[in-house]
Amino acid sequence: MVKAQIHAGGRGKGGGVKIAKSVAEAGDLAGKMLGMRLVTHQTGPEGKIVQRLLIEETLPIEKELYLGILLDRAEAKPVFMASAAGGMEIEQVAAENPDAILKQHTDPGMGLEPFQARKIAFSLGLKPQQINPAVQFLTGLYRAFLDTDASLVEINPFITCTDGRLFALDAKLNFDDNALFRHPDIRELRDITEEDPLEVEASKYSLNYIKLDGNVGCMVNGAGLAMATMDIIKYAGGMPANFLDVGGGANAEQVTHAFEILLSDKNVKAVLINIFGGILRVDTLATGVVEAATKTHIQLPIVLRLEGTNVEAGREILKQSGLNFIVAETMKDAAEKVVAAAGAA
Amino acid sequence: MAILVDKSTRVVVQGLTGREGTFHAKACADYGTKIVGGVTPGKGGTTHEGWPIFNSVQEAVNKTGADASVIFVPPPYAADAIMEAADAEIELIVCITEGIPTLDMVRAWEFLQNRRARLIGPNCPGIISPGKCKIGIMPGHIHREGPVGIVSRSGTLTYEAVYQLTTRGVGQSTAIGIGGDPIIGTNFVDALELFNRDPQTEVVVMIGEIGGNAEETAAEYVKSHMRKPVVGFIAGQTAPPGRRMGHAGAIISGGRGTAAEKIKAMEAAGIRVAKTPALIGETAMAAMGVAARA
Repeated sequence: MVKAQIHAGGRGKGGGVKIAKSVAEAGDLAGKMLGMRLVTHQTGPEGKIVQRLLIEETLPIEKELYLGILLDRAEAKPVFMASAAGGMEIEQVAAENPDAILKQHTDPGMGLEPFQARKIAFSLGLKPQQINPAVQFLTGLYRAFLDTDASLVEINPFITCTDGRLFALDAKLNFDDNALFRHPDIRELRDITEEDPLEVEASKYSLNYIKLDGNVGCMVNGAGLAMATMDIIKYAGGMPANFLDVGGGANAEQVTHAFEILLSDKNVKAVLINIFGGILRVDTLATGVVEAATKTHIQLPIVLRLEGTNVEAGREILKQSGLNFIVAETMKDAAEKVVAAAGAA
Repeated sequence: MAILVDKSTRVVVQGLTGREGTFHAKACADYGTKIVGGVTPGKGGTTHEGWPIFNSVQEAVNKTGADASVIFVPPPYAADAIMEAADAEIELIVCITEGIPTLDMVRAWEFLQNRRARLIGPNCPGIISPGKCKIGIMPGHIHREGPVGIVSRSGTLTYEAVYQLTTRGVGQSTAIGIGGDPIIGTNFVDALELFNRDPQTEVVVMIGEIGGNAEETAAEYVKSHMRKPVVGFIAGQTAPPGRRMGHAGAIISGGRGTAAEKIKAMEAAGIRVAKTPALIGETAMAAMGVAARA
């Protein structure tokens, strides 16, 4: 088996999993797959370049099953999900036949108890002699979920072989970002080639940045306000180029880094800065923006909508800067101005 | 009347001697909140900025009669701080900390289940009853006392909504930031129940975002129980699926938790949902029958 290792699911259907009948054929397939752009329903239309492959023994598969462990937010507990309908179609099973998926909640402070693991194993239709090995596997998998502070552990497919053996044929693990501080070994595994380069750059400065497709760059303090700013840009007829939450630390240095990142995105034609200053004082921010704009020689139109503590002083600083800022009063005004500026560019 | 916090609330600050704790405790005290002391294990018996410091929450409660606590403790220790406060029989715990590991919160939540404490947060700006008590990091001066109850998963987006109301002459009874994490102590439904019973509150604004199904659950409650108008806004209509949008809880997973689903559920329950964040204040005032004076 030659399998593309990209950070997205749906690889089988997208043509990223192939069987080779000889070593030569494996080499051939590997050569074609490496460097190819693999598009799956989870990558978005732009797909991802395949940079790593996993070559493994083909197994005589009898059945493909699904195992997943994640947080059930509504219950505030981890839940172990299992289904006899594994393989490539699990999202469809969830949509069309939710009863085919067994859900076993676990109690915090406890592992997966053997009786709970047996419940899962029997629900998967395993043979009597497979139950004990399955229990070992399931309890071990759950222990891995807890020990690594995972947010998702997925084995799809978990297979039974015609000779009775059980195997995890694939594994997908997502880790809780908030817990990485206590897992240096997992931090080491970070593969920045699987991430967007601008997002990697932003993470160096603790800027919360996600790249999107549009041409209106935005810089906001607060995740909710940042999402709402993206929304109002779209409502005004534009497309946000990114999500960027500068948080409470919007000093001159942070704003400079943020400008540099926004400028590195060649799609950006205009920038909207939407800041509600609570603890963060607006005049402090304005000083930072002027410094950053001067330092980066930014030529793009910048619309600023500032509100909150010391806002008048802040607006005065912008006016006196001699730089070509467009000052907006309300969020609606700001969105309309920045969309117009991006369109005119 | 407002909900949960008022002039009689006595607050102990866990993490008072740290930079964030010091700054915000002073700001809350300036606003009029009764800050009665702080907790920093190992610094008990000292004073900080005029406040007594205790080694444990239990000691603080014994010596000051504190009934609320606010937590400015770094992420690796914050869940433990929540549990310590609950164990000391604090009635209201407000946890500001962002970045607590999810599995730690799973354990803390379990710990809270048979205990008296109500938790607000974590990863939240706190709670303010304007004119009475502020426990958190929100700018007090943009608030004013009045009839609008606010419950929100966001921080600065909440301030935006508050500001829209205050500048139009309409005040707030209580504004609660419930926080941006996937596991939080107080959810929309809890706040709505309290606002429903509060005589000072005439209309409630709920500000949600992508991820989870709390807004849908709240919509069901509004439909069957709410006796006063509720308006709302959902952030993240343009958020891409599968990405964590700043808040740990703001993620569309497996196609679920989209803004569109939430808005649909809310509208079906009779909640007026503002089309843009700029319209939140006006929408609330219209629901109250007050003409919007810009």
